[in-house]
Amino acid sequence: MSSHVETMEKTTAKPPIITTPVKQGRRVNGLLLVAAAMLLVALFLPWWQMWMHAPQYPDGLSVQVGIFSVTGDVSEIDDLNHYIGFMPLAAMAPVERHLGTVLAPLIVLLVGLASLLGGRWKWLALPAVALPVFLVVDLAWWLWYAGHHLNPYAALSTSVAPWTPHLFGPGGVGQFHTFAMFGAGFWLSAAAALLMIVALVRTEGSGHA
Amino acid sequence: MQGSENGNGKPGAAISRGVFMGGLGTAGALLATGCNTPKPSNVASAGGPTPGAAGAVLSGDARKIAEARGLAPADVVAALKTYVPSGKTDEYYMFASGGHSGQVLVVGLPSMRLLKVIPVFSPESYGGWGFSEGSHAVLEGGAVDGRLITHGDTHHPAFSETDGDYDGKFVFINDKVNARVAVIDLRDFECKQIVKNPVIISNHGHCVTPNTEYVIETSQYAVPPGWKPAAVTKSAYANEYRGAMTFWKFDRPKGRIDPQRSFVLELPPYWQDLTDAGKLASEGWAFCNSINTELAVPEDWNNGPSMEISASRNDMDFLHVVNWKAAESLVRSGRVSQKNGIAYIPIDQAVREGLLYLVPEPKSPHGVDITPDGKFIVVCGKLDPHVSIYSIAKIKQAIAKGGMHKDPYGIPIVNFEDALVTQIKVGLGPLHNQFDDKGNGYTSLFLDSAVTRWTVGDESGKGWNLVETLPVQYNVGHVAAPHGDTVKPRGGYLVALNKWSLDRFVPVGPFYPRNLQLIDTSGQQLQLLYDMGIGMAEPHYAQIIDAKLVKPEDIYPPNTDVFTLKPDPKAPVFGKEGTSDHGDHVEVNMTVMRSTFRPDVVRVERGKRVIWRINNVETAKNAIHGFALAGHNISLSLEPGKVETIEIVADRPGTYPYYCTDFCSALHLELMGYFVVT
Repeated sequence: MSSHVETMEKTTAKPPIITTPVKQGRRVNGLLLVAAAMLLVALFLPWWQMWMHAPQYPDGLSVQVGIFSVTGDVSEIDDLNHYIGFMPLAAMAPVERHLGTVLAPLIVLLVGLASLLGGRWKWLALPAVALPVFLVVDLAWWLWYAGHHLNPYAALSTSVAPWTPHLFGPGGVGQFHTFAMFGAGFWLSAAAALLMIVALVRTEGSGHA
Repeated sequence: MQGSENGNGKPGAAISRGVFMGGLGTAGALLATGCNTPKPSNVASAGGPTPGAAGAVLSGDARKIAEARGLAPADVVAALKTYVPSGKTDEYYMFASGGHSGQVLVVGLPSMRLLKVIPVFSPESYGGWGFSEGSHAVLEGGAVDGRLITHGDTHHPAFSETDGDYDGKFVFINDKVNARVAVIDLRDFECKQIVKNPVIISNHGHCVTPNTEYVIETSQYAVPPGWKPAAVTKSAYANEYRGAMTFWKFDRPKGRIDPQRSFVLELPPYWQDLTDAGKLASEGWAFCNSINTELAVPEDWNNGPSMEISASRNDMDFLHVVNWKAAESLVRSGRVSQKNGIAYIPIDQAVREGLLYLVPEPKSPHGVDITPDGKFIVVCGKLDPHVSIYSIAKIKQAIAKGGMHKDPYGIPIVNFEDALVTQIKVGLGPLHNQFDDKGNGYTSLFLDSAVTRWTVGDESGKGWNLVETLPVQYNVGHVAAPHGDTVKPRGGYLVALNKWSLDRFVPVGPFYPRNLQLIDTSGQQLQLLYDMGIGMAEPHYAQIIDAKLVKPEDIYPPNTDVFTLKPDPKAPVFGKEGTSDHGDHVEVNMTVMRSTFRPDVVRVERGKRVIWRINNVETAKNAIHGFALAGHNISLSLEPGKVETIEIVADRPGTYPYYCTDFCSALHLELMGYFVVT
């Protein structure tokens, strides 16, 4: 690390005179570009999924949460949830989901810009690094909130005690066995975050020399 | 008798442990024994242990059960051949007429489980049939002179066909009593259309042409066209009464019969009977039997002979041979008149155009069925113990030769000998035929209470041989085999549709169940497998289709008008339900979802007409709701996605609960509301 720091200090302190600094500064950052592409794809993939199984649903029910939509058997799951007073899926994380449709593409755009502009612009990629982390924290909070704010007047309110639906792995409620897992969108964004960390740290060290 | 022992191993028959231990083996060996041993019933009587093919024995538990239940080895084999375990589904659908219930039954084969009763001609409260406006409109299509008819006598279901084989898209069913034909769409197994024949008032023959160009409906009891009043005398009968073969044009893309493109071919008042359409070698032709060429009329009331005597006097009646392709060309040319709003070809025109011929056939026959290759026409004697085999090639040859005699109506008669290939003496009371994939024909014998197997031969008359007879219980009418009347019979099974059951079921009072018997035809010998009791009117004919060919929707798309299978523009919208007053009437727009009717209170002033739409907005398959309204004769079935409309007049003040009649969830009883008329 120390040698890298040295190199960086040298380059920033004494920019080369003969070569064209503007071109070098704007050299495309490959790692960030790849991360931007991965995030672009991830925008259209599910980030979190849950499957539910019960005797009378041999084919199961499922819900997929993406950046722009919540799809799957939403209507049926909402219908079942209303019996225990669990809020409709559309009522969860309303602010995040509305802002997300604008902010998420913007965040991806920033990564793209960071890869093209380079230099200190590279830090534009930082929000994207936080994106998967934010999703996990926010989703965990909303699952806890919904599970602990059941409508006390629901028909089966006495049958189901407040609980936190599992963010990951097997769980259950009533006659349903559930299994939750992060989707391809999340994994792509997480991989992109790792790439971006590498890119940020490396450019921090090696610069554009 | 042997067959009877095969299939009906008497419960009391002693069963030797040795047989089970040695003669039969594991399930596989068991089946092998049942299928390949020429006389499986003798396995039981043989007694002594004989090593099974696998050397294995029926497991202790299974043996004990068989012994305790008094099951003979053949019974065990039959059970293994028909049992469909929970979670597995049947190989075939059988669509059986529901007789004078007016409905159609759907049965799975080989399990013989009843899967659905399709309401068609009669109101059916479970399906809301005749209660909803949509179904009411379909029933109105079958009104006779403006009178709504709410019963039917269904006889001969016919699958839509492509290239002479069932295609699994539609089923047509005739109503004998009022000469009507209904269309059932196999996308949802529901009736979509009923048409009333404008010329005849009763039918019997009913089938489709090989590409479902037409649904053919043939009259039974002759009447003056349009059933106008007439004297019941011999001279009036001969001069004014007529039969008819109607060709209903089927518009496949629309899934509807198009009366405007349909036509009627007038026939003599001979009481036409069963009808079949030619295929392959005989494509373009249609055939029907007749039973009253005597032109008899009922005279018993006048101290004359009764119909059963006077209509059975002649030794020969007439097979009608119709060139429908030529008739279609004639209709398309526009050179035909109209009668009661339908294109009509009178007998003399049909004769001039070469559309209609007669071939003598033995005494009051019943079924006429074309062999799978289309070359032969098999006529069942009914009052004659033969099936008579005619050749379409020979008939065409005789027609080409000309010089034929004519009947009193001027119709050319092909000589019996010129058309006949051979006759097989099959037994007493032959009624109907089916075919398998191995070159066999099957004929039901009503008087003998049996079915026979015979081999299909050739033009020279060789190879038409009776093979076997199996008693059935009792008074068999039709028989049905998988694709058994198509160009490609699948074989393996035969169902005997028996009129009587007598001792076959625990008694249920003087109205006996009908008995549909499943027979295994795959082996060298026929084996009776299973008795299915039908607790309603007799199924006449049935057709059996490979289940893989039928692909119904498992749920309606949201907001579906089930009569058009398109979105209903007036479908009530979830979240925008309510009641609105339009002066002379009130509109109720309601949705239902587990477990709330929205709105759950409907208030109406006395005297208002109420148009009430209900939309089941569920999206889970099988999440069916019912809707019943007290005091107003309303019952509906609301499958998910379905929109139904009812119209009632709120003429009696009161407080009437409405509720879900189809148990839908743990909160089913709470799915209700009040309709208050003030």
